[in-house]
Amino acid sequence: MAGKTLYEKIWDQHVVRDNGDGTALLYIDRQLVHEVTSPQAFEGLRLADRKLWRVDANLATPDHNVPTTDRSKGIEDPISRLQVETLDQNCSDFGITEFKMDDIRQGIVHVIGPEQGATLPGMTVVCGDSHTSTHGAFGALAHGIGTSEVEHVMATQCLVQAKSKTMLVSVDGEVNAGITAKDIVLAIIGEIGTAGGTGYAIEFGGDAIRALSMEGRMTVCNMAIEAGARAGMVAVDQKTIDFVKGRPYSPKDEQWQQAVKAWNELHSDSDAQFDTSVNIDAATIKPQVTWGTSPEMVVGVDNKVPDPDNETDDVKREGMIAALNYMGLTANTPMNEIEVDKVFIGSCTNSRIEDIRAAAEVAKGRKVASNIKLAMVVPGSGLIKQQAEQEGLDKILTEAGFEWREPGCSMCLAMNADRLEPGERCASTSNRNFEGRQGQGGRTHLVSPAMAAAAAIKGHFVDVTTL
Amino acid sequence: MEKFTKLKAIVAPMDRPNVDTDAIIPKQFLKSIKRSGFGPNLFDEWRYLDHGEPGMDNSQRPLNKEFVLNQDRYQGAQILLARENFGCGSSREHAPWALLDYGFRVVIAPSFADIFFSNSFKNGILLIKLDTQVIEQLFSDVAANQGYELSVDLENQTITKADGSVIKFDVDEFRKHRLLNGLDDIGLTLQHVDDIKAYEQRRSVEAPWLFN
Ligand code: SF4
Repeated sequence: MAGKTLYEKIWDQHVVRDNGDGTALLYIDRQLVHEVTSPQAFEGLRLADRKLWRVDANLATPDHNVPTTDRSKGIEDPISRLQVETLDQNCSDFGITEFKMDDIRQGIVHVIGPEQGATLPGMTVVCGDSHTSTHGAFGALAHGIGTSEVEHVMATQCLVQAKSKTMLVSVDGEVNAGITAKDIVLAIIGEIGTAGGTGYAIEFGGDAIRALSMEGRMTVCNMAIEAGARAGMVAVDQKTIDFVKGRPYSPKDEQWQQAVKAWNELHSDSDAQFDTSVNIDAATIKPQVTWGTSPEMVVGVDNKVPDPDNETDDVKREGMIAALNYMGLTANTPMNEIEVDKVFIGSCTNSRIEDIRAAAEVAKGRKVASNIKLAMVVPGSGLIKQQAEQEGLDKILTEAGFEWREPGCSMCLAMNADRLEPGERCASTSNRNFEGRQGQGGRTHLVSPAMAAAAAIKGHFVDVTTL
Repeated sequence: MEKFTKLKAIVAPMDRPNVDTDAIIPKQFLKSIKRSGFGPNLFDEWRYLDHGEPGMDNSQRPLNKEFVLNQDRYQGAQILLARENFGCGSSREHAPWALLDYGFRVVIAPSFADIFFSNSFKNGILLIKLDTQVIEQLFSDVAANQGYELSVDLENQTITKADGSVIKFDVDEFRKHRLLNGLDDIGLTLQHVDDIKAYEQRRSVEAPWLFN
C-alpha cells in the first residue's frame, strides 16, 4: 500500500464518521473567532437554544474593525463598534476566551493563533475567514469556513467535509539573496494561477520551503487560498517544534514529549501519491510585484507591465485590458518606474516580527520619499508590536518617516478607517489586490515587506536586492 | 429549524425573472450582526419610496403602493410565486433569512439559483420548481382571484388548488426528510452525538494535549 500524504494523515486522524456519501464528519480541534463572521452564528445558537460543544476549543479576538491609531477613544464608526461590542458580549455570554481590543495579546486571528500556541501541528483549525490556511504552516489542516459552518462547529465541534485532492508544490533549490517567502508564494501563484489549486489541499515542499522560517511558511500558506486551494500546509520539522515550544497554549512536560513524538510523523511518506505535483526552480524567483487586480497578475520587479496584445487567449486579454485600465497602467512600462502613493506593511500575510525586521532593515538610515503620502507599519499583534519596540524597530521606522500603528487588519481590507482614496496606488504586503479591496478605486500592488519598504524609500518600485 | 409539513396560505406573485439576492435584501443590510429581523427590509428598494438604511423605523417610511407586497390582497402571504432564476447573486444567507422573517415558507418558480436553493432549504424554506406553463397558469389564477390560496403538502409532494385540482412536485429525498423533521445541519450532526463523544474519548487518550 502506498504511503499517505500529510493531508491524508491529518484527515484520517479526524474522521468522526464516514457519511457514506463522499463526505465525512470531521472533528475540529481549534476554532478561531473574530467579530465579522461570528455574530449570526452566536445568534443562531441562541435561537435554537444550543450550547457550545467545547468552549475551550474556541479563541476569539477582534481584528477587522479595530482602529490602528489611538484606541483610548474607542471605535468611531458605529457599525464597526457594534460588531466589536457584540463579539465581547457573545464571548462573555458563552464563556469563550477573548483577547479584547485593549489586551496586549490582541491581534489578527491568524497571527495570534500560532503566537499563543493555540495552533499546533496536526490540528484541524477553522475560522470564519479564508486566510485560515495560514495555520497549515504548522503541519495542521486549516481552512476558512462560512458563518453557518462557524455555528456548526460551535454546536458540534465537527464539520461536514468532502476530502480534497492533494497537490504538492515543490520549490526546489535555493533562492537568491533577498528573496522572501512572499516572493516565493507570489511566484507560485503566477505559475499555477488563482484557480490552479481549486479542489486541492496544497502541500508546500522542497528545499526552499524547508529553508524558510515559520513566519515565512505562514506567509506562503496564507496565500494558498489565493491559488484557489482552501488549505495549504508544510510538513513538521525541528523548526516547527522549536517555534511551538513554551507558548501559552502549547503542551508541557510529559504531554510535550508525547506530542513531539506524534508531530514527528506529520510529513508525507516518501512513497505517498499526490494527485498533482508542480515543481518550481527557486533560483529563478525574482522579487515579485503584482501589476493587476488578481494575485496571479504578477511579474518580477525587473520586468515590464505585460502587453495584452501578446496574449492569444481572448478572455485573458480582456481581463488584462480591464485590469490595466483599473490600475491606471500602460503596457510595457518597466515595473520599477511605477510610482506609489501609499505603502502598507501589515496583514496576516506579512505582519510578523520577521516582516517588521525586514522592513526596518531597508528603512534604516533612510527617509521615505517625498511623493509618498503615507507609509504605515501595522504589527500583527500587540505582542509583536511590543517585541519590535524592544528591538528598537519602531524608532528606525518612524525616523525614516513610517507611521507605527496598533495591531489589526487595517488597510488589508479597509474595514476600519485605514483606506486608499480613489486612484491612489499602494505597495502593500497584504494578500489581495482585488478592485476596491483597500478602498474604493484604490490600486494595490502586492509585494514583500522589504520591497514595500524599498518602494517607500524610493517613491517607486525598485529591486530591493540592488538597493 | 422549524418543521415544514403542510401549509395553506395566500400566494403573492413576483412577476419578474432573475430576482437577485441584492433585490431580496439590499447590501446595506448585510452589515447587520443579526440573522433575524430582516423581514421589514425584504425587497426594500421596491417596497419603499425612500432609500433604506439599517436602523430606520420602517413603519414610518413611505411605501410604494404599486409594489405587490404592499397591496391589501396579498397581506399575510406565505407562498411566493416567482419567475426564472430566482435568488441569483450572492452566496450569503441573508436572502433566505429575509424571506423567512417576512413570513414566506414556500417559493414556487420555474428555476432557482444554485446556492440560494440550498441555503433556503437549510433555513427551512421549501422551494418548488414547476414547469413554465404551470407557473404561467398560477400567475393568471392569482391575478384573477382575490385572496388566492394554495395548499402545499410536503409529505405527499402536492399542491392543491382551491378548485381541488392537484399539482405534483419533486423534492430531493434528503431535503424533504430534513424539512419534515425540522433538522438543520446542526440537528443532523447532533444525531451522531455518540460518535462524536466516542471520538473524543479515543482521541483524548491518543492526543491528550488537544484537550487541555
Ligand atoms: S489581515 Fe486581511 S486577509 Fe488577513 S484576516 Fe485580516 S482582513 Fe483578512
